[in-house]
Amino acid sequence: MQRKIKKLLWHNEFYIFLVILLISLVVQLRSGQFYTSNNIVDLISAMIVPGLFAIGAFMVLVSGGIDVSFPALASLSVYATTRILVDINFQGGIWLPILLCMIFGGFLGAINGLLISKFKLQPLIVTLGVASIFKGFMQGVLKSVQISVIPKGMSSFGTASLFVVKNQESGLAARMPVAVLVLIIVLILTYFILNHTMYGRGIYAIGGNETSAERAGFNVKRIKFTLYILVGIISSLAGLIRVSMMTQMHPTNMLGMEMMIIAGVVLGGVAITGGAGTLIGCMLGTILIVLVQNSLILLGVPTFWQGFFLGMLIILGTGVSAYRVRQANKPQKFKVPRGAANEVEL
Amino acid sequence: MKLNYNNTKSFLRKDIYITRLIFLMIVWMIFMAIFKFDKFYTLINFQTMAAQFPEFGLMALGVMLCMITGGIDLSVVGVANLVAIVSGIILKQFITVNGELLTIAIPLVFLISIVLGALAGALNGFLVSVIRIPPILATLGSLELFRGIGIILTKGKAISGIPFEFSEAITHKLFGILPNQLLIFLVVVLLIAFLINNTAYGKKLYLTGTNITAAKFSGIRTKSVLIKTYMISSISAALAGLIMLANYNSARADYGTVYTLQCVLIVVLGGVNPAGGKGKVTGVVLAICVLQMLSSGLNRFPQISSFYIPLIWGGVLITVMVINYFTENSIKVFRGKIKKLIVNGEKL
Repeated sequence: MQRKIKKLLWHNEFYIFLVILLISLVVQLRSGQFYTSNNIVDLISAMIVPGLFAIGAFMVLVSGGIDVSFPALASLSVYATTRILVDINFQGGIWLPILLCMIFGGFLGAINGLLISKFKLQPLIVTLGVASIFKGFMQGVLKSVQISVIPKGMSSFGTASLFVVKNQESGLAARMPVAVLVLIIVLILTYFILNHTMYGRGIYAIGGNETSAERAGFNVKRIKFTLYILVGIISSLAGLIRVSMMTQMHPTNMLGMEMMIIAGVVLGGVAITGGAGTLIGCMLGTILIVLVQNSLILLGVPTFWQGFFLGMLIILGTGVSAYRVRQANKPQKFKVPRGAANEVEL
Repeated sequence: MKLNYNNTKSFLRKDIYITRLIFLMIVWMIFMAIFKFDKFYTLINFQTMAAQFPEFGLMALGVMLCMITGGIDLSVVGVANLVAIVSGIILKQFITVNGELLTIAIPLVFLISIVLGALAGALNGFLVSVIRIPPILATLGSLELFRGIGIILTKGKAISGIPFEFSEAITHKLFGILPNQLLIFLVVVLLIAFLINNTAYGKKLYLTGTNITAAKFSGIRTKSVLIKTYMISSISAALAGLIMLANYNSARADYGTVYTLQCVLIVVLGGVNPAGGKGKVTGVVLAICVLQMLSSGLNRFPQISSFYIPLIWGGVLITVMVINYFTENSIKVFRGKIKKLIVNGEKL
């Protein structure tokens, strides 16, 4: 029992959970609005898109890479999908848009994957460049404009709700979108892949130490390549859901989300150096970011303070986790003979 | 030194990145000479270019230093905007009743900007070296923080009504030819070149970037080297902020967001290795000039919309990195072959 508690206290997830609880209590005390059914449902519905993006960013971080191109990737693939469907006057359901969007996303992700796995280029710089290419391609070549009427299948999928809750006091209603199922399905699939398949082990192994992973028999190149395709597919799915929920396509709307998502994932205890992190931590970190964005409004803090708080959160959160990593890697004094290397460089 | 054929040849061979940049520049200049000679080769065009590139050039120099240490500074744009906002606010305080700017204001603003830059850089350096947050995340967080402070100070609006005297002082052309922005840039370039080529700090910088553990064991105080580097980077970015303030005549928290990518592009193009330990000021300055020439040249073709520019930058960045991969690989293969030949020859 004691060991279990010790283990719990050691995990980042636990502290993130405490912070979330603290924020929710403060908001509850100040506004009395937090623990109402409609607020909770609203928060979950606000989590869908960032949550999906975060799963992609999480997998890349675990493999020791970083991806800053996913909003541009999602925008481009969703724009292409919507444009094609609008141009052929598509009247069907949601399945064709999903399929089309996932194909585009997978293809664009393959570009990242190819550059990173085949040419062994730095993921940050590759994805920065690729994001810029996607943006330029969308705005320059495709001459993207806002599409205010999206295909009926998409908009009805985005606005369909599982159930509606109503707050008895204020009379405000909130609906749970069907799209939340997509998040749940992707979460379950990712959990299964990461924890119960050799492929998932490979992702962790590469992030821990690429050379060792290769020696241990993992096909590093293939795992990296397919990983970026997978992330492209998940990101474009998130983009499609966002567009469907907003019932209009705005080409630049998603750009600039990447840093917040990555910050959330890192806050959840995922090591930016790769190899460590859990899906639960990733989700908790994302919840924290969404919470800060949504609750500032409930607290009555002017929105222009958002950037400041977000920056502080990133610095403090990553600082704490960096400090803890250092503590973990510090060898105990009595075990190390004098004169031996006393610090392990990350 | 006698400059003969052999000397030039060996110089060009010595640094493939610089050779490539010079080649690229010459090709582009010939291309522009053929298609838009009368519009590109004018004194005014070159003066405009010289007034434009110091903005991102100064930021790129900072990113270069950090990348030599194996890190990266993504917060340069944030520092520049914050400094521009603070300077704008201060300058507006120094307007006298009859609408003139007090003479002391301009040197004062320069001083305050440099101090602000140093503070911002010290924060970055502290986060990277003492707390050991990975540089990408640390500077990303501070970028968000600086931008956030800027937004709080301005409430999200632009600061305008900057005294005319200030922009006049910075955009003034020396002898009617050289813009002051260029002079500021040149001074910083010379200072940084001196620092990394001729001082002990420079040696430590490269050693830290090559292998931080080895540097530590050989007695280099890597923490202080890192903090100094991030401070220089931010001071350089702060000066860029002053130039931006003068060029736009206003300040806002989200000006120049494309510069982040552009700086990384320039630095990689200039031959700095993102893993650290390698890079030259000459390469980066050349890359800055090439980039400015490319974008000014592209502007002469009205049929190319400005939306294509990110596409072109990203394309150039990726292409250069892929070419780097192939050249480095072929050099390795080439060396391996020679080694084999020698070994075989000895056996024979």
